[in-house]
Amino acid sequence: MNANPLTSRQISGRRRTRATARILAVLAVGALALSACGDSDGDEVKPSGASDFAAGSTMAKLADAGKITIGTKFDQPGFGLKNLSGKPEGFDVEVAKIIAGKLGIDEDDITWKETPSAIREEVIEKGEVDLVAATYTINDKRKERITFAGPYYEAGQQLMVKSDNTKITGPDTLKANPDAKVCSVAGSTPAENIREYLASESQLVTFDVYSKCADALRNGQVSVVTTDNVILLGLVGQSKGAFKVVGDTFTKEPYGIGIKKGDTAFCTFINDTLKAAASDGSYEKAWTSTAGKVEGSEVPTLPTADPCA
Amino acid sequence: MSAITDNYGLFGHAFLRSLGICVWTMIGALSIGTVIAAARVSPVAPLRGFGTTYVTMVRNCPLTVVLFFIAFGLPEIGVNGSYYVFGISALAIYTGAFVCEALRSGINSVQAGQAEAARAIGLTFSQSLGSVILPQAFRSSIPPLGSVLIAMFKNSAVLGAFGVAGDLFSTGIRLTSAQGYASTPVFLAIGLAYLCITIPAGLILQALERRAVIIR
Repeated sequence: MNANPLTSRQISGRRRTRATARILAVLAVGALALSACGDSDGDEVKPSGASDFAAGSTMAKLADAGKITIGTKFDQPGFGLKNLSGKPEGFDVEVAKIIAGKLGIDEDDITWKETPSAIREEVIEKGEVDLVAATYTINDKRKERITFAGPYYEAGQQLMVKSDNTKITGPDTLKANPDAKVCSVAGSTPAENIREYLASESQLVTFDVYSKCADALRNGQVSVVTTDNVILLGLVGQSKGAFKVVGDTFTKEPYGIGIKKGDTAFCTFINDTLKAAASDGSYEKAWTSTAGKVEGSEVPTLPTADPCA
Repeated sequence: MSAITDNYGLFGHAFLRSLGICVWTMIGALSIGTVIAAARVSPVAPLRGFGTTYVTMVRNCPLTVVLFFIAFGLPEIGVNGSYYVFGISALAIYTGAFVCEALRSGINSVQAGQAEAARAIGLTFSQSLGSVILPQAFRSSIPPLGSVLIAMFKNSAVLGAFGVAGDLFSTGIRLTSAQGYASTPVFLAIGLAYLCITIPAGLILQALERRAVIIR
């Protein structure tokens, strides 16, 4: 009795597999035809401005292709945050758009790729992205693997506490209050920087995102949240007066554009583009339309570019 | 390879921290699991109900949800503590449900005659459970318990994302994203470090199993 339904089920299963295979085959042919169309389109349409760049340079290659792949963060409010329509927005995104625009590439021809902190060097080395603008602090360790253009912004680390906290007034007061737990994101530069101000490692609490740090601050599990000032200002803005930022910035976090190691021509091009954007006002507009919306933030001046190497 | 050679101290520290988490969680999970298993086979209906509810609720929730409730729910109702303790508790509570079921399978494998004989010579429920049923049940539960414990050791990596700093996993994130080391060698090393915990644990369990079989 049991054998019969089993066998019939097996047969219908096999039939279904064959049908699926047929549908897949049709789809594959369709996809081939479509991609063929795409190729011929690309050959016919030449973007303007392609002639402006030296042959063989990254700029010429990108301008000729008419498209670019850019890595940014999808979870960093004010800098790179994916919105409901699926497009990232923020200061990093606007800066990247300025660079793409200078190459004659339209906003719609930019492919955005999410690049969380841990994979940024890797995707640049492998050529999966053409550039990375992702709150990317310039440091020597990273320079061993990639080249930085910029900086285009200089952030600094600060502390955030509950509004009624009077004990913690700056990083130097942390050692004297070993019970005051300090929260930051695991693997971030701020979590690394704060270590020297702490009495012991157990004073440090790390989460995967800053929103959890803010929750922990609200419910009293930690006393301090530390990261770059702009991110803290965003959290203070959301807290409806429950949090405040204390003390001055105690680090310099220059944000740069990550590109393939040794591509000095591209680096120089980006630095020139940034300088031009600062003088024609598009840099300021990029700021005020994104990170600059937060109360208490000031319009930054473009930092002096590092030499390209 | 410089990622490992530059940071022996850091890796050693992280290894000990993760090992500590594993040992404490194992003690917690085995205790919780035994108590819940006893409740599930007890003659008291409300206790059985509690045991069944516990297993159904905890076993069917993702670990991160259990962790979230402990780490963010308890402070909301005024219970504050270190995330280290919260993390170990949550992992022990979660694994306890699986330990309970592994033990229960062992209890079910003990012949009914054993319980009947224990009752016939006048042992109470807790006496017959403690000195007759559970010792035999533990023996036949060793293989499934081993799988549960090894899965727990690996699950302990999640604590790195719930406020615990300095364990193997969060150290890996720290080396790769804050200090810029290539991720492949770092996570290979971390995988090896976990193997250094799980493989000896597996060997110990195997030895225990062999001993238990001989005694029987």
